[in-house]
Amino acid sequence: MSNSPSTSAVPILRTEHLTRVIPGKTLVDDVSFELQRGGVLAITGPSGSGKTSLLRLLNRLDEPTSGSVYFEGTDYRSIPPRELRRQLGMVTQRPYLFSGTVAENLRFGPAQRGETISCELLAQLLARVGLQGYEERNVANLSGGEAQRVSLARTLANSPSVLLLDEPTSALDDAAKLEVESSLQHIMHGQGLTCVIVTHDVAQAARLAERALLLANGRLMSEGPVQEVLDA
Amino acid sequence: MLKLFFHSQLSLGLARATAAALAALAVVLLARRRQIHLEAEALIAMARGFVQIVAVGSVLLFLLRGPHWTSIFLLAGMIVAAAATSARRAKGVPQAFQVSAYAIACGAGSLILLMTWLGVIDTGITSLVPVGSMIIANAMNTNGLALNRFRADVLAHVGEIETALALGAASETSVAGYVQASFEASLIPAIDNLRSLGIVWIPGLMAGMLLSGARPLYAAVYQFVVLSMILAASGLTSLVSTVLVRSRVFSAADQLVLQPGR
Repeated sequence: MSNSPSTSAVPILRTEHLTRVIPGKTLVDDVSFELQRGGVLAITGPSGSGKTSLLRLLNRLDEPTSGSVYFEGTDYRSIPPRELRRQLGMVTQRPYLFSGTVAENLRFGPAQRGETISCELLAQLLARVGLQGYEERNVANLSGGEAQRVSLARTLANSPSVLLLDEPTSALDDAAKLEVESSLQHIMHGQGLTCVIVTHDVAQAARLAERALLLANGRLMSEGPVQEVLDA
Repeated sequence: MLKLFFHSQLSLGLARATAAALAALAVVLLARRRQIHLEAEALIAMARGFVQIVAVGSVLLFLLRGPHWTSIFLLAGMIVAAAATSARRAKGVPQAFQVSAYAIACGAGSLILLMTWLGVIDTGITSLVPVGSMIIANAMNTNGLALNRFRADVLAHVGEIETALALGAASETSVAGYVQASFEASLIPAIDNLRSLGIVWIPGLMAGMLLSGARPLYAAVYQFVVLSMILAASGLTSLVSTVLVRSRVFSAADQLVLQPGR
């Protein structure tokens, strides 16, 4: 695969024979797929099927044993990891907020590049996740759903090209789950951000995604329109 | 009381060692009654410590008759042994021995060289080796504490560290808080020793000097000198150790390689 420049015809994200093996176990086994700009892809499968491992490989938090990921046509191993991770923003299952205020958390990512975000942008980011006026709140006092939405806004503050979501609602109660899902709907469909969402909740996959991958034992079992994959 | 029964220096020394060891064993047996089993570990450690210190005493006896430069090899050997010992406190940390060896050599080794050059430590083997070994041993403890604390903090905060990485932070930024905490925690014993000097404890070196007839004021000042050197060497060791280990827990692509269960 050549490192060609980005064009509209090139998928924003493509994996090619992506594999990760650790001693005694194959976590991700020869997975190839592609995602077009603005698309929403759900990665589903039972527990231990390799969903989170695949997402970690996309963010390059782990190294592929073989195969690679192509971001806008470029092998991601040739992109500096810090820049790659900014472009492929990740929201984890647990929010892992840094101690301090909501505003400090949102400023963290841009500060890593020496950038500061204005109060106006801060307010906009919080509005996108339905947390207007939360800037000076201490993160220790947030509910689970609020914390996850701050985590989402914090990732969005980095202006990612692709949003990677790892079971973003699985640790939340039903009410908080609806709040977060509503924010995600707004971001995915209202603003056209390319998203990959890992979920074991097939109903959530059907609500949020257009296409889906089904994994089992690290292998790609099926791929296609979300309803076809979930019905199979 | 022992002096009544043992008249030669060697037999008195052995009797004192036996009495002290019995006191330690009594504590081990007390712990056993509370279902805490330290018997094997304590017995091995005591036997090993006794053999090692007697061996060093014998080597010193031999070295006292040799040229001064032979002490360099002895101190270098101590640094290697100290690195191997403290590296065990960092299970799973890549290149822990290498990090420990560099840190102790840099912290303790460079300070011993500097202090010897300045004339603070006498170049005679009887002074250089015991004082040097105290500095190296304390640097070893500090290094072990720093690595152990850093390892534990990283393993307990994988999520936070990887979140910072995922937000585009540099690897050193993602663990900066844990590096600082490890550095501070590792120096607590050395600082507390200086703080409580003369009030809580009279160190062995000073006690030895007093027993061998040195003037109390000189012994006290020299003890302060030694503890200050220990603090300096420990601080430098911990600084080097935490900076080096910080980079060892990440891959070239800024991936956290120190993970639970890996």
